[in-house]
Amino acid sequence: MRVALAALLSHWRRSPLQLAMLLLGLALATALWSGVQAINAEARASYAEAAATLGQDRLARITAQGPIPQETYVDLRRAGWRVSPVIEGRVRIDERRSLRLIGIEPLTLPAPAQQVEFGEGDALLPFLTAPGLIFAAPETLARMEGADLPPLREAQGIPPGTGLIDIGQAQRLLRMEGLVSHLLLDPDAPRPGELPEGLRLVPPDSESDVARLTDSFHLNLTAFGLLSFAVGLFIVHSAIGLAFEQRRPMFRTLRALGVTARTLTGLLLAELVLFALLAGVAGLALGYLVAALLLPDVAATLRGLYGAEVPGTLAFRPGWAAAGLGIALLGTLVSASQSLWRVAHLPLLAPAQPRAWAVASERALLRQAAAAAGLLILAGALLLWGRGVVAAFVLLAALLLGAALLLPVLLAGVLRLAQRAARGPIAQWFWADTRQQLPGLSLALMALLLALAANIGVGTMVSSFRLTFTGWLDQRLAFELYLSAPDQVTADRIADWLEPRAEAVLPIVRAETEVLGQPAQLYGMADHATYRENWPLLAEEPGVWDRLAGGDWALVNEQLARRERLAPGDPIRLPGWEGRIAAIYSDYGNPSAQVILGIDRFFALHPEAERRRYGIRVAPARAEALAEELRAAFDLPDETLIDQASLKGFSLQVFERTFAVTAALNVLTLGVAGLAMFASLMVLSGMRLPQLAPVWAMGLTKARLARLEMLRTLLLASGTLVAALPLGLALAWVLLAVVNVQAFGWRLPMHVFPLDWLTLGALALGAAALAAAVPVRRLARLRPADLLRVFANER
Amino acid sequence: MRTVLVSDPSERLLSLEGVRKSYATGEGPVQVLAGVDMNLAPGESLALTGESGSGKSTLLHLAAGLDSADEGRIVVAGHDISQAGDTERARLRRGTVGLVFQQFNLIPSLDVAANLAFQARLAGRHDPEWQAELADALGLTACLHRYPEQLSGGQQQRVAIGRTLAARPRLVLADEPTGNLDEATGDAVMALFLRLVSQTGAGLLMVTHSTRLAGRLHGRLQLSAGRVA
Amino acid sequence: MNARHHAARGRFALAAALAGLFLIPGAPPTAAQGFAGLGATAEGFAVPERGAGLAFPRDHGPHPDYRIEWWYLTSVLTGEDGRDYGIQWTLFRSALAPREGAGWDSPQLWLGHAALTTPDRHFAAERYGRGGIGQAGVVAEPFEAWIDDWRMTGTAPPGADPLSALELSAAGEGFGYALRLAAQGPLVPQGEQGYSVKSAAGQASWYYSQPFYEVEGQLEIEGETIAVTGQAWLDREWSSQPLAADQTGWDWFSLMFDDGARLMGFRLRDGGAGYTSATWIEPDGRPTPMPPGALRVTPLRVAEVAGREIPVDWRLELPARDLDVTVEAMNDAAWMGTSVPYWEGPITISGSHSGRGYLEMTGY
Repeated sequence: MRVALAALLSHWRRSPLQLAMLLLGLALATALWSGVQAINAEARASYAEAAATLGQDRLARITAQGPIPQETYVDLRRAGWRVSPVIEGRVRIDERRSLRLIGIEPLTLPAPAQQVEFGEGDALLPFLTAPGLIFAAPETLARMEGADLPPLREAQGIPPGTGLIDIGQAQRLLRMEGLVSHLLLDPDAPRPGELPEGLRLVPPDSESDVARLTDSFHLNLTAFGLLSFAVGLFIVHSAIGLAFEQRRPMFRTLRALGVTARTLTGLLLAELVLFALLAGVAGLALGYLVAALLLPDVAATLRGLYGAEVPGTLAFRPGWAAAGLGIALLGTLVSASQSLWRVAHLPLLAPAQPRAWAVASERALLRQAAAAAGLLILAGALLLWGRGVVAAFVLLAALLLGAALLLPVLLAGVLRLAQRAARGPIAQWFWADTRQQLPGLSLALMALLLALAANIGVGTMVSSFRLTFTGWLDQRLAFELYLSAPDQVTADRIADWLEPRAEAVLPIVRAETEVLGQPAQLYGMADHATYRENWPLLAEEPGVWDRLAGGDWALVNEQLARRERLAPGDPIRLPGWEGRIAAIYSDYGNPSAQVILGIDRFFALHPEAERRRYGIRVAPARAEALAEELRAAFDLPDETLIDQASLKGFSLQVFERTFAVTAALNVLTLGVAGLAMFASLMVLSGMRLPQLAPVWAMGLTKARLARLEMLRTLLLASGTLVAALPLGLALAWVLLAVVNVQAFGWRLPMHVFPLDWLTLGALALGAAALAAAVPVRRLARLRPADLLRVFANER
Repeated sequence: MRTVLVSDPSERLLSLEGVRKSYATGEGPVQVLAGVDMNLAPGESLALTGESGSGKSTLLHLAAGLDSADEGRIVVAGHDISQAGDTERARLRRGTVGLVFQQFNLIPSLDVAANLAFQARLAGRHDPEWQAELADALGLTACLHRYPEQLSGGQQQRVAIGRTLAARPRLVLADEPTGNLDEATGDAVMALFLRLVSQTGAGLLMVTHSTRLAGRLHGRLQLSAGRVA
Repeated sequence: MNARHHAARGRFALAAALAGLFLIPGAPPTAAQGFAGLGATAEGFAVPERGAGLAFPRDHGPHPDYRIEWWYLTSVLTGEDGRDYGIQWTLFRSALAPREGAGWDSPQLWLGHAALTTPDRHFAAERYGRGGIGQAGVVAEPFEAWIDDWRMTGTAPPGADPLSALELSAAGEGFGYALRLAAQGPLVPQGEQGYSVKSAAGQASWYYSQPFYEVEGQLEIEGETIAVTGQAWLDREWSSQPLAADQTGWDWFSLMFDDGARLMGFRLRDGGAGYTSATWIEPDGRPTPMPPGALRVTPLRVAEVAGREIPVDWRLELPARDLDVTVEAMNDAAWMGTSVPYWEGPITISGSHSGRGYLEMTGY
């Protein structure tokens, strides 16, 4: 048996390139998959940690609509409620940085919520007394370098981007004096009766809102990881298939020498497991690297889009490593299953002549076409009747896989036509030969198709989104200046001061509400031309603005409308209000539901809402000067006043970072597809000699043959590129019109960017040329003796 | 024995002078040809015999311009190819030489008809009638639209011969062309070769082990230890 | 999992941190440090000065410029069921800085302890609170001391001493009480007009008592209400550095004799013989401070409580008053398992005098 194994392994010694490709493909597939998984795991871990902050996953909370007055806290304590106040908010450090502050009261904090060591009194004292002390994770400390904050101290177990601070200091920093966000209830203490009016007991919640909100984002990443994995497996499949086919005579000899089919299959399986583990370990290392490189961008995305804090550094999780090795093993076995099955059922007496592996018989092509059709029909059915994010991704998968399977069928058809149309002998031979190459290259071409289509699709989606988003920002951010006053009194004074100096000063007011059983944000909108002219409406009743001002009509955002299938004219009900929908507006800022009421009706419902934020209209040329005057007059910190351009810039920056990861994964996938191409061409080049030698002998120079080989590769890549274009656009459409709707609740118009396609096309052809360059160069440099061996050797 | 039938150098179709060739192997260089001189005139046919490894195939390959000699001069149809580049050799192979390999070396992606026509079309001498006649004579008419891998060994051999004959090359170099054929077919093939030689004045250099076949040619060249014996 | 681990560590750490801030002996003594914080210097804080004297009702209220302060009430009670009970109600104040501030800025921290002892049960509870926001605090007139829903409220008519009539309530897991207290005698300054020396080196505190309360009210033990009557003793004490650095704990006795006399005595333990001090209080409230060493205390029986060796029965001798009594714990297990643990429980007195009282032992 050892002899048999040695014989089997000797193949790899003679074909180190094949081995390298097999391992590389497997390692890359594992790397991208496990890289994405590592990112997801890191993010989920920090959501869990955030959910567990202050024991919120185990402690009930008392909340109110909006902040709770501090007196309420004292009253509850004095009534015997064992509650502890918590205040949460975000302080802006500078243009780029902000810190989420959690203010706690350490003396009353229930035991499950205590997560900082104060030491023997030496930390408690500075913690409690001005200027206070902020406990934060090490990386948060590093990020807050130079920030104008109370002293920071390192502590473990605090979510990234979060600072734990005494409640008194937090109130001061957050400008929320006399207020608390919610109260934590000591789980061990009895509850002395009913809660006062307006307070609500919220049971412990092990899953944070953030985790729910970000689900679709992570599903997105997972889908990308899966795509990369699939592309990588194409390499593995072709390398294994080739190696098995080339060893077919050896298998037969071994069988003839008495090795049982079971033993042989077992040996091959062992060999594959060995390779899978080797490549899996390499892939894990690479995946860790990929994840570590991508994580900062992912973290920025999650922070920008969902306000979810994820550390920028990666922890090593053994479970993740095990899963990565598992997927490498699984991928290898799946890729090899066909080959293994064939070996196990190898007839002993069939001719030893190597059949051209994966002969593209008509029947095989037909079968493939049928499978493709089935998948595409499934995609169509999902498009019509599917619902939910998962269905949307299955639709994507079916579309991509179906199209990929269809590609060789289409290319074979085109090549047949070309061959028929060809006149000269060389042209005819060229097409015929290309057709014959197709089965060997089709997996690599399918990988390339997927990568290109993903590139076009995602690129189109992102660019469409960017275009829409920019336009939307222009409409939505119609005020020249945005004011967020530190407190109500200052706000009132500023509003009075601005009255004669600005064209309009409109309050921006919001409250938390509930609509159709889900939490939503309620805004009050003043009746003003700024909104009438600019607010981005998607669908509306006639006279929408008068209706809104009247108080009996509301605006809802697209997310809410889509989720609940609402249309203008539909009735809608909020706590304390009932009316109808006047219009639906686009809202790309966040995935949550929003309702807008006329400002009078808003204040009738929420008299407690603060008027601290204002939008200021002023002649654009005057904006900067007015901002300066305002700052000087009220001694306002920078962050209280933001001009339109800065806000837009900030929003766009968030947007760009949101898709930075997608772009990076896109490039990586394309890279893997390029490698698949290279791998296939390299292993095929070894088989090419017998096919090329007679043509060479009949009078074609090696240089000419090399040029033809290059042309063949480029033609196939071009064909794939041409096929990728409609597929990519279909993908973009699905992303924009289906996935986005399911994941975020908004549907975006699709824009096409042909210039991007040209760039991508050039890139793809470049990659194909590069992939072909090595084997072609090797061909051009062949010594005649190598070719002549073909004529002499018994193959 | 050295047989020279044509003494006029201008009449030489193929001429080798002091040709040496060795190949690098794992155990060091092995000399295959150790100074070969020979000539072949138009319309002349020679049998090349010798033991296994005596350099017959190598001589054929050098004469076809597939490889270059280490030393010596090789002139084909008036062109000295000893110093010729890749392009010039390719042109020679395409226009002047016809090779029948020991292995069949058909183009796997083309069907029999296309394989038969391939070299003729490359050489610009494609003659459908002649090809049809050849196909008929070689018994290939029934399998013109099959692909090489669907043919038996003998059929493949006949396609390879047909392909060379179809191009009507001035110099035919054949390496055991009838090795896979039964005697009757082998005789028919020989007849075709000789017909080409006599009708077009082509030269034929054929490696063969069969004394019977060798006897049907004008002369015989025996290689032994890399030299003409 | 992580968070839970942190939480567990956090609880311990916070307790230790708070123990450092409150003048509650009980952490295992370390040689040089005394009780956490107790031996610390009084930097920035006010220090009691001999002869300054006390003033009421002002001194019923907090003294934020002193580091530590307490309102310490213990009461021995008899229920309608004929059983003996003891309760404790204590509010500690600890200042991080010698000042008062508004809102969360206040450096004053508050700690409440409440306990109820029966011959076979002992209940204890603890509350922490921040000063400045109203969760806990003390107001001199009209008198109120509170933390959360625990209260000691003055009910005296105007003109009377605000402490002369009180309502007292507290509740914890399994127990609660609501008592009315009426003082039958005057306030009693300890030491020299309230200047109570705590070590041979001169550490001192301000200290006065109201040892003459008659008490009635209800106890609640695991849902059962019991009417009780009895006596109570209130101690008020504040200082900034009451112990010498080498003092490791104390044994403090408040004895209420059947004849109406009272005795306050304590021993501060150090490496050597310790420092004892006592005040004899006549039934009419006249105090006689005894010189250091006049009171002799001798442990008679040691019980193992909460894994520690605690002397629960004592012999007390005050030859100057012909006093030679044995005091015995009503319940050996009167252990205060609070963030800083100590022993505090009712005692019965026999020998040359009889009566009831309270014993507090720290630093074991």
